Amino acid sequence: MHSKIFESYQPNDRSALIPLLQDVQNIYGYLPENALRDISDFVKVPLSRVYGVATFYNQFRLTPLGENIIRVCRGTACHVKNSANILFALETELGITAGQTTRDKKFTLEVVNCIGACSIAPVILVNDDYHGRITVKDIPKILKKYQTVKKTETAEVMK
Amino acid sequence: MVQLTINGIKVNAEEGMTVLEAAKSVGISIPTLCHLKNLDPTGACRICVVEIEGFKGLTPSCAYPVTEGMVVTTDSPRVRKARKTIVELLIENHPQDCLICVRNKNCELQDLSEQYGVREHRYVGETKCHAIDISSASMERDPAKCILCGRCVRVCHEVQKIGAIDFTKRGFTSIVTTPYNKGLNVSDCILCGQCILVCPTAALREKSSIKEVANALYDRKKYCIAQVAPAVRASLGEEYNMPLGTDVTGLLVTGLRRLGFKKVFDTNFAADLTIMEEATELINRIQNGGSLPMFTSCCPGWIKYVEMNRPEVLDHISTCKSPHEMEGAVLKSYYAKKMGIDPADIYVVSIMPCTVKKYESNRAELSADAMPDVDAVLTTRELVRFFKTAGIDFNDLPESEFDNPLGESTGAAAIFGTSGGVMEAALRTAYFKITGTELEHLEFEEIRGMAGIKEATVKIGDLDVSIAVVNGIGNVGPILDEVQNGTSKHHFIEVMACPGGCINGGGQPIHQKPEKVAKRVKALYKIDENAKTRRSHENESVITLYREFFGEPNSHKAHEILHTEYFDKRKIFKN
Ligand code: SF4
Ligand code: SF4
Ligand code: SF4
Ligand code: FES
Ligand code: FES
Repeated sequence: MHSKIFESYQPNDRSALIPLLQDVQNIYGYLPENALRDISDFVKVPLSRVYGVATFYNQFRLTPLGENIIRVCRGTACHVKNSANILFALETELGITAGQTTRDKKFTLEVVNCIGACSIAPVILVNDDYHGRITVKDIPKILKKYQTVKKTETAEVMK
Repeated sequence: MVQLTINGIKVNAEEGMTVLEAAKSVGISIPTLCHLKNLDPTGACRICVVEIEGFKGLTPSCAYPVTEGMVVTTDSPRVRKARKTIVELLIENHPQDCLICVRNKNCELQDLSEQYGVREHRYVGETKCHAIDISSASMERDPAKCILCGRCVRVCHEVQKIGAIDFTKRGFTSIVTTPYNKGLNVSDCILCGQCILVCPTAALREKSSIKEVANALYDRKKYCIAQVAPAVRASLGEEYNMPLGTDVTGLLVTGLRRLGFKKVFDTNFAADLTIMEEATELINRIQNGGSLPMFTSCCPGWIKYVEMNRPEVLDHISTCKSPHEMEGAVLKSYYAKKMGIDPADIYVVSIMPCTVKKYESNRAELSADAMPDVDAVLTTRELVRFFKTAGIDFNDLPESEFDNPLGESTGAAAIFGTSGGVMEAALRTAYFKITGTELEHLEFEEIRGMAGIKEATVKIGDLDVSIAVVNGIGNVGPILDEVQNGTSKHHFIEVMACPGGCINGGGQPIHQKPEKVAKRVKALYKIDENAKTRRSHENESVITLYREFFGEPNSHKAHEILHTEYFDKRKIFKN
């Protein structure tokens, strides 16, 4: 599926590494292992380095995204408003830690810095919806809403 | 020439020298961690900082070139404080279990802690927590002990050109590991252990086999036999503060006997045997149109590399087992029969300078009737530890000789331990086999030394034999390309995975003395020079072995016991 991306690059060119990683991520939404191996072969950079680069930059993901992406703001304003508790509650509720995706692939949980909605801190962003001034008690309700959303409606997120 | 002042001392330095080197040249030592000789500086650890007049901040001396009139201070309250802080931060993110650590008393982090007088815990906080990678048969990786100096990464990528490990993630979670943090055994790693030799801590180490060997030695039913590789005798003394390049053969034999080995044999015997087989194989290939060039097969790191990366050239590799495997195979066949011992009771321990050989001894095809040719491999370092545990005072041992018949060897075998040695030994015998006369001049200077690729043409009879010696797996790429696209002009190519050959193997004593390889090599050449016989085909015990058992080199029986096969492993390791 990703073999076409190589057409626009010269083989053995190390500088193509990051653009290639971006292209692959655009296709799958994450970086699958076999794509990393193909890139390693193509640019002639050891797989360890390709993997190292992919894990160094925050823009790259190594696991597929869930249908819904929950971003918990851990910026200063939200921190003051106890966003740590919100994160902890979400982790407990979903049974995963930040950066992971639930087994049923419904939710991916991520931590972000200030998302510019400090006035309604603490904030979480689910897909494109802001949920502000939330408390730990609101979490089950919010999750429930997205649990029932049909796959087709979230397809946008997956690209 | 550049003139500068370091700590008030006038220094004449060469253009392009770093401040670190200039300081060293006048006996001023500056600590380093990320710095590796002969590789470009990264300036990552900053332990080497100094004050340079006119500069605001502190400057890493390993990365800064000298300039005319420069005034440097390498030791000041400010410098000390900076260095001490770096050390303290490293220590606080470290397991601090020195008492039970394999690198206790041979650890650069410990040394720095002592040097900068760290006496209290000032930065207590979260410490990293990573699992130990015990997946490979040869090595262990313990990232919790890693101080992220990057030396292993650079050796693996830039010297060995393997690139099995690298920095991953960032910040506090940063860890040097294999892709996907999977084990070394499923990575590109060839287990050469070159990374162990540069690691300042115990984050990289061999997988120890001392326990198994100790148990076997205690087992009354087992007939334990030790064999010693050529390179070990020229390096082991370093662990006992003997001068670099001291030949400790005699002490080593006594020490092994005291450990409880019933017999102590010499892998050099099998090296001579290897030469008989390999030279014959080469001549056969040349005369009967076999795959040429032929590669040597003594180095299991090289074999692992080819199987994983270039299976296309597998039929160019000599089918000879490596010397210690041959020795083991002969012990469990010929010797067992001769002595009336059940081969199942024989336990062969190889004392090797090499980490890969642990993996090699586990290879299924290097066995007969489900009995491995070699039961366990101890590196030079492990043997020293074993001696200590057993209360053997190495320095005070009397000397003794190897047992026979598998203890006799020629000078040709001794130089197996150094790059170019296998080739040189093979040429001495091939010359005799082809022409029926002996070589006048035994030394082949063109293929000695530390160059990455050494090439020569040798006239044997009316045949011009073109040879090459690849010194370090990082140099093998172009040679393999030539072989693969059919443009290689060579007949015979030696490859050793470690730079310098086994003498600098991943199981050898760890220290960063720059002279170590050259001095050890010298010791091996000296053994060769002083040897009574210097050509493998003059080894009387080898001649007897052929007469009594194998018939002639490459006979059917020799093939069965002394030769092996290789497998395409690219499929397993890539995708
Ligand atoms: S053992 Fe050799 S190949 Fe493996 S990681 Fe270390 S240097 Fe690289
Ligand atoms: S494993 Fe050793 S050599 Fe490699 S980065 Fe860590 S401390 Fe340095
Ligand atoms: S060169 Fe010698 S020590 Fe190094 S991997 Fe090969 S056999 Fe082992
Ligand atoms: S700190 Fe959370 S939105 Fe600004
Ligand atoms: S040794 Fe100079 S920066 Fe690390």
